[in-house]
Amino acid sequence: MAIHIVDRRLNPGSKSLENRQRFLRRAKALVQGAVKKSSQDRDIKDVLEGGEVSVPIDGMDEPRFRREGGTRDMVLPGNKKFVEGDMLPRPSQGGGKGRGAGEGDSEDTFRFVLSRDEFVDLFLDDLELPDLAKRKLAEVESQGIRRAGYTTSGSPANISVSRTVSRALARRVALRRPRPEVLAALEAELADCSDEARRAELLAEIEALKAKIKRIPFIDPIDIRYRRFETVPKPVAQAVMFCLMDVSGSMTEHMKDLAKRFYMLLYVFLKRRYRHVEIVFIRHTDRAEEVDEQTFFYGPASGGTLVSSALQAMHDIVRSRFRPEDWNIYAAQASDGDNSYADGEVTSRLLTDKILPVSQFFAYLEVGQENGLSYEMPNSSLWTLYEGLRANGAPLSMRKVNERSEIFPVFHDLFQRRSQQERNAS
Amino acid sequence: MTATDQLLFRGADWDFRTLQRICDACEQVARDELGLDVYPNQIEVITAEQMLDAYSSVGMPLFYKHWSFGKHFAFQEASYRKGLMGLAYEIVINSSPCISYLMEENTATMQTLVIAHAAFGHNHFFKNNYLFKQWTDADGILDYLEFAKRYVAHCEERHGRLAVEHTLDAAHALMSHGIDRYPGKKSLDLRAEEKRAGRRRAHEESAFNDLWRTVPGGKVKTGAILDIERRRQMLGLPQENLLYFLEKTAPRLRPWQRELLRIVRHIAQYFYPQSQTKVMNEGTATYVHYRIMSRLHQQGRLTDGNFLEFLQSHTNVVFQPEFDDPRYSGFNPYALGFAMMQDIERIVTNPEDEDREWFPDIAGTGDAMGVLRDIWANYRDESFISQFMSPRLMRHFRMFHLHDDPEERAGILVDAIHNERGYRRLRRELARQYDVGFIDANIEVVDVDLAGDRRLMLRHTVVKSAQLSEADTKRVLQHLADLWSYDVSLVESDASGTVLKEYVANPRNIAVAA
Repeated sequence: MAIHIVDRRLNPGSKSLENRQRFLRRAKALVQGAVKKSSQDRDIKDVLEGGEVSVPIDGMDEPRFRREGGTRDMVLPGNKKFVEGDMLPRPSQGGGKGRGAGEGDSEDTFRFVLSRDEFVDLFLDDLELPDLAKRKLAEVESQGIRRAGYTTSGSPANISVSRTVSRALARRVALRRPRPEVLAALEAELADCSDEARRAELLAEIEALKAKIKRIPFIDPIDIRYRRFETVPKPVAQAVMFCLMDVSGSMTEHMKDLAKRFYMLLYVFLKRRYRHVEIVFIRHTDRAEEVDEQTFFYGPASGGTLVSSALQAMHDIVRSRFRPEDWNIYAAQASDGDNSYADGEVTSRLLTDKILPVSQFFAYLEVGQENGLSYEMPNSSLWTLYEGLRANGAPLSMRKVNERSEIFPVFHDLFQRRSQQERNAS
Repeated sequence: MTATDQLLFRGADWDFRTLQRICDACEQVARDELGLDVYPNQIEVITAEQMLDAYSSVGMPLFYKHWSFGKHFAFQEASYRKGLMGLAYEIVINSSPCISYLMEENTATMQTLVIAHAAFGHNHFFKNNYLFKQWTDADGILDYLEFAKRYVAHCEERHGRLAVEHTLDAAHALMSHGIDRYPGKKSLDLRAEEKRAGRRRAHEESAFNDLWRTVPGGKVKTGAILDIERRRQMLGLPQENLLYFLEKTAPRLRPWQRELLRIVRHIAQYFYPQSQTKVMNEGTATYVHYRIMSRLHQQGRLTDGNFLEFLQSHTNVVFQPEFDDPRYSGFNPYALGFAMMQDIERIVTNPEDEDREWFPDIAGTGDAMGVLRDIWANYRDESFISQFMSPRLMRHFRMFHLHDDPEERAGILVDAIHNERGYRRLRRELARQYDVGFIDANIEVVDVDLAGDRRLMLRHTVVKSAQLSEADTKRVLQHLADLWSYDVSLVESDASGTVLKEYVANPRNIAVAA
């Protein structure tokens, strides 16, 4: 009896993918909560990493009729000292199950890994991504085409004549296809020959050669080679994102959290469009400094407020590291809107002369108190200033935000506005 | 041939030619020396990821789509990645041909072990054990699963994924109560089952005529109320197969929902023998692989090194931690089964006085394989243990029996230990642990109030005062009520008929909304 052995390794794996998606769909609310929680603890760049989330299992369990309690009889191995009639003390509470508390924990929740796309989708989904922006985010990099060797199938337009002929030649040589000269020589000899026996011999030889020529065609379908092209992502220009934030004492944790979420979205957005995205964090009080993300969001600072210092710092960094010809420059500024009165003039000049001309996009996000209403926020000094600039035609986008839930709509709005501006500009 | 030529392989690497040689060598031993009778074998090499896939759909190569399989996958993948769980070396499917999956990561020795274990041990057991013969249809299962997969997909297309999901959720919740426990009607013929479903669907489609909807209905006959006995008889009550009962009598289920219940029921039934023969099945496979591997080594077809590698895996598999070991989680079916098979071999070939007294029928008869084959064919775990667990083995495992009565303040009673007085009691209690009739809650449909509010009445007969867990029960009953579309009540009562607890569930409207 022959035993059948099959190699299934090349079969597509992840037959469970569909089931997994169904599970995610079903557990969406739970997973979303977990994603939200985990994105709070993440750095901006890590948003795109995907990762482990834990989901409480009780929302997802499948009930069965189960019996519990009652008298129990069990036969166990490994008796060392008991004799019939012994009474053993019960293990401490827990229905005599004797399970440690640690074990219960691991059964209550289980952790599993989300892929990058699953994570980003859920992350964006949480922010109620409208369709328009989704299309934008999903936009792939433009594709280029390059030669990539030869293939045995393709369209006639791509036949590579030289490659095909050289293969045909190799085949003809290998199979010893008679050359036309040989045949011609024999036929010439036949024409001149008068000896009957020799003629018959020649005729037979010619016939054989002709048959062989027929059997071994000049070009066989197996010789044909097509030029192969493959698509490669075209290197897309790089982008730099400036995160400017006022960190003076008036900025609360809530405000920073709002800003962080906005930056995260901006980063995800840019990351999907550009191959390289740099982030520069600039925080300022009355002086500005470039810092790392940790310091940016969590480092303490205090002092007066001079917005121009941050803009100046950004300008310096652009000049030294990011040539506007090579980089797409984005900036998002978050502030509670307080600025010293004297600084207005400098800020306005810096923006109109230095910053806005080199920026693709400049967003100003005015963050408010928790539980406040954004339309009730009085216009701050900075807001009034920017408003004035915008009235003069500066490409500035500005929004007020109080609640986390407003972040996405605002983000969406800003980007819509930007494309309009672009259209106007062109 | 020199001795080296006889080696099946060298080192740890294998290729497909090696696998073929291994299969041939195993087959020779299995057939000629052990007298095994197996389904044709098909061996499939898969990756770790595919193994995880197979795990999450109860080991089956194809299965309908459902979120709970995705959940199991996520769960298992997570524990696999964390290293909490190793993957099984093999999965074997009770089908003809018998399909064994081998992981590509296994060494050549492991592949030999796995082939001997699955393709010959399990395979022989599947083909010959009476439960599998009675309840499963090895020829039809793969086609039936293919049909089930197509049918579920078809239903999702027609009736919406959500409606199908609700029905399957409900069916899964009742799965363990969708089994016929007693043979009677006829054995399963899944191919005919599939054809029948197709024919019925075709008939429904061809016979559908919207005109019938407009035919005026006559007055419903309100004949004399059937007496209770007759009514119950007509409904086939009491009925412990809840899925079967719903499929046949739930008043408002759509035909496709009935078919889904049927599919889940058939699959539950298909796996029923596996749950009753865990110890025997694994014991058989382990015994067979041990015999085959030892023989191959004896024949000089395995090197000493490879044989040592095998022995190490084998020892791990049959390791039985003691009750106070942190690794203890009940009897290891491999350890218990293998020890019993070996013990039987000893009793048959080399018995002591005690064995002659306990096992007069088999002690010293000499043909170990003959006796084992007979046992493999005709027993399940419960009857196997209750008849073939020897005193010697109970001493070997140093078994003892605990009786835990929550009413007893003083603690847990040691009721029997491995001595003359205790052997029979130990054996009886251990066998009981494997009695599925005893493990699963005894829940029956007892009546339907057809004249009244059509309430479905169920009863749980409480044994050893173990009641149902409340939270779970409520949710299962909710599913049940959704399928039945009228109220459902469940009464828990003890053997004397005293009611301990009563549940009532009202249907939500989702199940029939499709």
